[in-house]
Amino acid sequence: MKLTILSGILVVFLLPFPAAASLGGDVTSVQADVARMQATLQTSSTDSYTIHDMQAPTGVDVKEYVSNAGKVFAVTWKGPVHPDLQQLLGPYFQQFVQAEQAERKQRHGHGPVVIQQPGLVVQISGHMRSFYGRAYVPQMLPAGVQAEEIR
Amino acid sequence: MKPMRRNKLFALSLAGVFIAAAGCSGGTSSSSINTGGGGSGSSGTNIQSISSTPPGGPGSYVDGVFTSVTVCSPGSTTNCQTIDGVLLDTGSSGLRILSSALSVSLSQQTGANGDPVVECLPFVDGVTWGPVQTADITINGEQAKSLPIQVIGSSNFSTVSNGCLNYGAPEDTFADLGANGILGVGNFPQDCGGGCTESGANNPGLYYTCSGANCEVTTESIANQVANPVIFFPTDNNGVLIDLSSVSGAQANVTGSVIFGIGTQSNNALGSATVYTVDPNYGNFTTTFNNVTYGDNAYLDSGSNALYFDSNTMNIPVCNDLTFWYCPSSTLNLSATNQGFNGATGTVSFVVGNADTLTANDSDYAVNGLAGPNPGMFDWGLPFFFGRKVFTAIEGQNTPAGAGPYVAY
Repeated sequence: MKLTILSGILVVFLLPFPAAASLGGDVTSVQADVARMQATLQTSSTDSYTIHDMQAPTGVDVKEYVSNAGKVFAVTWKGPVHPDLQQLLGPYFQQFVQAEQAERKQRHGHGPVVIQQPGLVVQISGHMRSFYGRAYVPQMLPAGVQAEEIR
Repeated sequence: MKPMRRNKLFALSLAGVFIAAAGCSGGTSSSSINTGGGGSGSSGTNIQSISSTPPGGPGSYVDGVFTSVTVCSPGSTTNCQTIDGVLLDTGSSGLRILSSALSVSLSQQTGANGDPVVECLPFVDGVTWGPVQTADITINGEQAKSLPIQVIGSSNFSTVSNGCLNYGAPEDTFADLGANGILGVGNFPQDCGGGCTESGANNPGLYYTCSGANCEVTTESIANQVANPVIFFPTDNNGVLIDLSSVSGAQANVTGSVIFGIGTQSNNALGSATVYTVDPNYGNFTTTFNNVTYGDNAYLDSGSNALYFDSNTMNIPVCNDLTFWYCPSSTLNLSATNQGFNGATGTVSFVVGNADTLTANDSDYAVNGLAGPNPGMFDWGLPFFFGRKVFTAIEGQNTPAGAGPYVAY
């Protein structure tokens, strides 16, 4: 997959932004996320979407996938800790927490999170100091985009 | 998929954490003999038995290994209790004990402002929240004095900070943990490392000071962080060997040992084991499976209760209700290749069975063949440890094969 770098790196300093809804939200929420994470932002794009790649000073790397219609349809993260998932999953956070708790009861043990609901997919893997996660709303994937592209 | 490499480096300071102290417990003094087989035949003061029988009984846990830890008030040899049902976890570092299982009083750690230090520890499937306290720990003949541990679910700190809740759902009860605590004996000397010593946006937000229910992120020195108990042992402090019997299908139980130290005694020699060094920042190595390479994205984790990996083009079906496990119609014999950062490679054969069938009996606590999906990483959970001797060497600690971090088997 060929990615085109659209813009350089820009650094955004901490500003008093309100809580932003990321997954399912508008592209405007990306700036709020960058500010809250005090992250550096790099963007790249395909024909179907733009990836906003945020590097936080904690070492956490968050990617937000934004459709050409301006909606965040997927997010991924990687780093020594999780990012602020309430901020990142926005209106889907409570659904995620409930599913995480339900899965824990079913699993009879500990392991990676695999939430596969009709309206929400969340997968989290890793161990102390190394976590990886991705979340997307299947209905919001742009036409022709496969879930496997979200990495 | 090639790895995404980041430049963030943690300060790898080990200063000030070694406390040499004479053990106060007698332990046993039998000689150490290792048969070379899995799971038995070794004895000594550096060895502790482990078992997959969970403290919660039937239906509470599958594919975990548990042990017991003696916890004493700091400086006391009488104000002690032995806590069993503690999950042995190579995927984390540090001892965490449920408040509900703790009856001795420990010393509360305080921050620079005098307020108690409380930790939020993110695991893959949730967070643990609770105060950092110091204890004297004894495991057979090994003793860790003034060890910072996390007490989970303390009623004195019942309000989990919002910053911690943002990492996921708390698992602060016995029902959530399935254990009385977690004995983290992973590749790292502390749970957080350099990031938590930094202020501002660099700090990942694991340590707090709390004034009542008002908690704020604080910096935490390396010496004060919740630490891998092994580095506090006067000897045998460079890592652990987990030695478990083999398991075929679903069994009632599997037993074995955790042996402290690597190459420090006759019962923990590396022998013919291959050393796979891991990324010093993240603790990962590389696994290639079904032509997909998980570069710097694979790990051994006794605290994961199955092998978790993406079957990608093999399309192994997940179970109908237990969608976090695979349910192939017949048992699959598979293999993958592991590669360390040192370039060492080796092939691992493993089986994937039908999880619905394998977990049908709630009293079968040891199951080989349990596996599930996991896009992005390759998690070699407890079934990997069955029938193997697996070494976990701690970052910065010297061993006969060089300094950790590495895994060897």
